[in-house]
Amino acid sequence: MTELAEKQSAPAALPFLRFELAPILIFAAFAAAPAFASASGAEGYVLSLLTRVMIFGLAAMSLDLILGYGALVSFGHAAFFGIGAYGVGILASHGIEDALIQVPVALAASALFALVTGAISLRTKGVYFIMITLAFGQMLFFLATSLAPYGGDDGMTLATRSLLGGSGILENDFAFYWATLICLLAAYALSRAIVASRFGRVLRGTRENATRMEAIGFQPFRYQLAAYVISGMMAGLAGCLLANQAEFISPAFMTWQRSGELIFMVVLGGLGSLHGAIIGAAAFLLLEEFLPEILHAGSFFLNDDIRWRLTENWQMVFGPLLILIVLFVRGGIMGLLRRGHHG
Amino acid sequence: MILANAIGPFRRATGLTPHRCALAASKALMTATLFLIQALNGLQFGLILFLIAAGLTLVFGVMDFINLAHGVQYMVGAYLVAAFSAWTGSFGWALLLALPTALAFGLLLEALIFRHLYDRDHLDQVLATFGVILFLNQGVKFVWGAAPLSVPVPEILSGSVQIADGLLYPVYRLAIIAAGLFVAGLLYVLVSHTRIGMLVRAGATNAEMVSALGVNIRRLFMIVFGFGAMLAGFAGAMVAPILSVQPGMGDNILILAFVVIVIGGIGSIRGAFLAALLIGLVDTVGRSFAPNLLRVFLDPSAASQTGRALAPMLIYIFMAAVLFFRPSGLFPVKR
Amino acid sequence: MAETLLDIRHLRKNYGALAVTDDVSLAVERGELHAIIGPNGAGKTTLIHQVSGMLGSNSGQILFNGEDITHWPMHERVRQGLARSFQITSILPGFSALENVALAVQARSGSSFRFFGNAAHERDLNEPAMECLNIVGLGPRAQVPAGLLSHGEKRQLELAIALATKPKLLLLDEPLAGTGHDDSQRVVETLRRLKGQTTIVLIEHDMDAVFTLADRVSVLVYGRVIATDTPERIRSNAEVRAAYLGEEEVV
Repeated sequence: MTELAEKQSAPAALPFLRFELAPILIFAAFAAAPAFASASGAEGYVLSLLTRVMIFGLAAMSLDLILGYGALVSFGHAAFFGIGAYGVGILASHGIEDALIQVPVALAASALFALVTGAISLRTKGVYFIMITLAFGQMLFFLATSLAPYGGDDGMTLATRSLLGGSGILENDFAFYWATLICLLAAYALSRAIVASRFGRVLRGTRENATRMEAIGFQPFRYQLAAYVISGMMAGLAGCLLANQAEFISPAFMTWQRSGELIFMVVLGGLGSLHGAIIGAAAFLLLEEFLPEILHAGSFFLNDDIRWRLTENWQMVFGPLLILIVLFVRGGIMGLLRRGHHG
Repeated sequence: MILANAIGPFRRATGLTPHRCALAASKALMTATLFLIQALNGLQFGLILFLIAAGLTLVFGVMDFINLAHGVQYMVGAYLVAAFSAWTGSFGWALLLALPTALAFGLLLEALIFRHLYDRDHLDQVLATFGVILFLNQGVKFVWGAAPLSVPVPEILSGSVQIADGLLYPVYRLAIIAAGLFVAGLLYVLVSHTRIGMLVRAGATNAEMVSALGVNIRRLFMIVFGFGAMLAGFAGAMVAPILSVQPGMGDNILILAFVVIVIGGIGSIRGAFLAALLIGLVDTVGRSFAPNLLRVFLDPSAASQTGRALAPMLIYIFMAAVLFFRPSGLFPVKR
Repeated sequence: MAETLLDIRHLRKNYGALAVTDDVSLAVERGELHAIIGPNGAGKTTLIHQVSGMLGSNSGQILFNGEDITHWPMHERVRQGLARSFQITSILPGFSALENVALAVQARSGSSFRFFGNAAHERDLNEPAMECLNIVGLGPRAQVPAGLLSHGEKRQLELAIALATKPKLLLLDEPLAGTGHDDSQRVVETLRRLKGQTTIVLIEHDMDAVFTLADRVSVLVYGRVIATDTPERIRSNAEVRAAYLGEEEVV
């Protein structure tokens, strides 16, 4: 853990003003996108893809809050995705369709789950922490698969999107896009504030040297637990949005592979910068979306059979890509940008 | 015969009429038989888990290396046996060919990727080995297709054997139990009575000390790694005839193996063995008996629903409970 | 005479049969600089760990400011006014020197469960922190990331961090370890200034520093205190000379 701390310590110390351009550009791009979507002719497709990008960006950012700033490698973060999604789905199936009730309930459930599992997980350190968060994630996954009234293994289709104060405005893809963007922006602003606050400073300090923090009178556990709860609630919110975006809930939202992908997104974008996680999520999802076509076009020199199989198994490219990034690209995409800036 | 013996005390205990008693007792006996079968299944599952967990816990303990890709070694073992038995037509030959191939494959991965990760932090290790999983799960699809493969049970070990009144049990599953116990014994001898085993134990307790003693730690890592990979491959090969061989089959068992080594205490073979058997039993028996047990507290339909929901969660609840009281597992090795 | 601030009674720490500290009894009076010396492996650092709460004790008692703190967790002891520095430098390398100290100020000033407001700009935290940095002479280096400070400066920073917790008692574990001549002069100077303001327990190998600074000296050998006295009398104590100062060095 200490190596992680040292590796990531530089950005916290240097004034990050210089890179504040990045978040402005990101959010400006998201705000401008609907106009381009209308112009592109494939409006529905572009909007839904970008909405997904923002939702996963929100989840990845919530993970960055504890992973990048707290060095807590949570390998069960997809569970909160699931809690948010099932919160919406279960309430909707009982006739409670308003987001103003669904979201607070889902957030409360996320907070409770984070509080209980966090209190147990944070008693352990290092590898044990990774494993126990993974196990709690699996626990919830299996619970979801056995919820027969709510679709069990297969999941459940939602009849409609959530209402907003009784109005069905979110059925409109543009409205839903803006709602998601507002959630992302609010969560980003909140996270920014937290990271710079007294609380955030204790969290960052604990990441760097927990013993030192205890020696000046802090009890790291309390701060880590609070951060874990906040992070869990943000991911829960992402889950609410995802259920509405897909109009579907499924245990597949919370597989451990999904948790792994969230970590991948954070690291791909660059740990400990918050907007890096959004960039990472965007890069991941866009790659996932377009890699089959890229592969197909790029393998024109191979025979059709192999070419077809390659396109079919495009995920094979993801694995090696991940390994290469870990081995050679320190600091993710944000790290590359930063280095580009210097040199 | 057993029935007659069982009724006496049962009747005394319940005060039921002889007739009702016989009915209840025969039900109890069926439950007992079912329990015995499930216990054997649990033992067999536990031993398979142990074969996987053993390598994982050593790699963890000695190298402080978190290897998510250990589960794909198990999958690769199963695929190798499937491929070789289709080629040679004999499970025995397939197993003999699969083991060294699994070993070689493990060593190849070590040399290509894992070796560069020993000095990295856990996060990097998690991610890179996650990448290996993504690649290999898709890789076997690329080579063998997405459809599950099946491997025939070897001729000599097919069929069932009667191990108690009215209790037939497949010979092949007994063979798995025997093989698992044999390997566990072998491992015990290796770890506690050989020079390499001593180094491994010392390494799990204090890796720096071992390298300070002038041992070639890289070579030790390689041996431990290859050996672990082969054990996981062996486990995959053994279960190939009773499970369907398919992409991703290593993923869930990997998580269970993690649960095992965390409960047992990272680096402890003894802990892994006990925890594997515990998990095997808790999972198997829990799945078939949780609904029944809950009937004591709930009405039947609620019981069966809750039971089915609860059963797969049991081992994770069990793990959380263990870690709550003993954050370093049952047999902590590191000091 | 003066009132006792830290009272260690029959303290013991053992790993199996090996006792690292063995029946240690020691009284530190308010306002004094109490040095603990002893050969390597005598149990000095272990004793500091036990007093600061990083290690538990197998038996014995620690009384601090009239309260039995034997079983208190570390952070509670810090709240009560017990601060320590580490033998091996322990700082937050990615934080600036100022932030390292400001965090220690933050620890004793109000709740840290504040999620808004930029902590780096809080005057109530930065001003006291700056004062502590000035005391140890690191004022001009306040904005430098702590990881980039020289070794001697890091030792000074440790001292500033400990001071910032407003301790009643400072436990200093070899503050001169690994410092060059100039740096160590500076640390000695700082300690001389602090002496009298705060009670200090000093573990140090540098005998010159110990005998110029200390009011009283305790000698720890094989986990036991063999003598506690003024520097002059320790110097002439036959048992101490035999056990420790011995042939090695005649002061």
